[in-house]
Amino acid sequence: MAFKPFFFGLLLVFFFGCKEPHLYLTKIEGKQISISDSLSTNNEIEAFIKPYRSHIQKDLDSVLAYSAGTYTKSDGDFNTAIGNFMADAVFDEANPIFKKRTGKNIDMVLLNHGGIRSIMSKGNVTTRTAFELMPFENTLLVVEMKGTQMDSLIAYLSKSKKAHPISKLKLIIDTNFNVVEATINGKNIEDNNTYYVATNDYLFNGGDNMTFFKPNNSVHDLNYKIRNALIDHFKKVDTISPVRDDRFIQKTTKNN
Amino acid sequence: MKRRDFLQKTSVATGALTLSGFGLQSFSIPVKTSQITILHTNDVHSHIDVFGPEDGRNANKGGVARRASLIESIRRENPNTLLLDAGDIFQGTPYFNYYGGELEFKLMSMLKYDASTIGNHDFDNGIDGLYAQLPHAKFDFICSNYDFSNTIMDTHSKPYRVFKKDNIKIGVFGLGIELEGLVDKNMYKETKYLDPIETAQEMTRILKDDEACDLIICLSHLGYDFKENPNKISDLKLAAATKNIDLIIGGHTHTFLSKPTIVKNIEGKNMLVNQVGCYGINLGRIDFYFDSEKNKSAHGTSITV
Repeated sequence: MAFKPFFFGLLLVFFFGCKEPHLYLTKIEGKQISISDSLSTNNEIEAFIKPYRSHIQKDLDSVLAYSAGTYTKSDGDFNTAIGNFMADAVFDEANPIFKKRTGKNIDMVLLNHGGIRSIMSKGNVTTRTAFELMPFENTLLVVEMKGTQMDSLIAYLSKSKKAHPISKLKLIIDTNFNVVEATINGKNIEDNNTYYVATNDYLFNGGDNMTFFKPNNSVHDLNYKIRNALIDHFKKVDTISPVRDDRFIQKTTKNN
Repeated sequence: MKRRDFLQKTSVATGALTLSGFGLQSFSIPVKTSQITILHTNDVHSHIDVFGPEDGRNANKGGVARRASLIESIRRENPNTLLLDAGDIFQGTPYFNYYGGELEFKLMSMLKYDASTIGNHDFDNGIDGLYAQLPHAKFDFICSNYDFSNTIMDTHSKPYRVFKKDNIKIGVFGLGIELEGLVDKNMYKETKYLDPIETAQEMTRILKDDEACDLIICLSHLGYDFKENPNKISDLKLAAATKNIDLIIGGHTHTFLSKPTIVKNIEGKNMLVNQVGCYGINLGRIDFYFDSEKNKSAHGTSITV
């Protein structure tokens, strides 16, 4: 009887010998491997990508229009040729869609200066140009705004000291950045009127501190990406030759 | 009667023991070791091709076809390998704009990714856009703190998964970043964001106690660290506030680390937080070595980074 525990001990050893032993974590090694040109290329993967790549390259490089000049967003203080082009193009492409769905017209377009992501170079304009100008997936919305809300929009633009792209709105400010004149379709903005403002989802949600869109329960999502509007516009025009104009200017003479 | 049987069997066992060789050790517990290799990427953002030679920052780096050959050679060296991604697979090159993520998922499947969590940019074509690409993914989406039950993604992601490699049980769970304020509500719809620390506590309890995992890995898209916003949850915060996580594979902040960060968890035990930048220009590799000899681990786990 005295040796019984000894037998048990042997049995335990016996059983453990047949089972998976428990494993203990003893060591961890961590490192980072650079994916560099010293690595070989997997040909099967490369061959799989190739048709996708070729299609994209071909499509991106297909010529859609011609740009008469090189345009940048730093070409003007309050409006620029490239910004005017983008805002007008958005109006031209979005308004027929909006009108068809609602029977109403877009009253104005507001984009943001920072949203012009590249220059437009003189020469061929391709799908790639649209991707460079607008790499993001932002979509167009039409926001219903009361005249009183429009005052906040106008006040924002007048103080912003930036050439935010606009279309169909005309704005004149004085040397103190106060509004001298703000008109849509040649008429002053009336408090009780409703205005249909096309913008993108980023700005509607307060991007670039454009907090004047909200609160708002009347928003029409066009499900139309800005980039696609640009591509559609490029396809329709032969030559792009936008100009800086008088849609947003600062009057420097005091007597006006 | 029974006692006699018992004694006889025991003597057989003893005999076998004596015959087998020189003592207990060689017969009873042969030393067994195991190596688990974890490979990981994050924020690849549709970067499929190698960066061009003119690129200002990442010239000649990255490329899925090269990553594939590297992963293949590591798997040959150690078949007990898991390949994981920490989210933001989508958005960043025209491959995404043209194909909506189809090619990204197909390539990750060809590279035999085991799992990925979901990043904020994976909602860039809406939750419907993500759902539409799922047929192309032959790997699991693991996200524990997004409640998709009122969305089209319901049942298409897992809160956790247990992988078994060489008899080692590896539990993987996933944490996504708060979407409100970062992603348009129209994109993520009724996806509910749950508290990452509470979720991690629940997941580690399940993986450690119920599933008896030997290793626990968190795939996180929370972000490495937010110095300018110290109250925001991050991988470093999560690591310090939880227990039983061996490795957090992070993303979102595109953080390039010279080496994985060793963090003390809430119990004072060392664990690792890693992230490998972005755009598929690096592959993270963490090797876990297991040993049946307990005395080796008596001094704790050694970490070499």
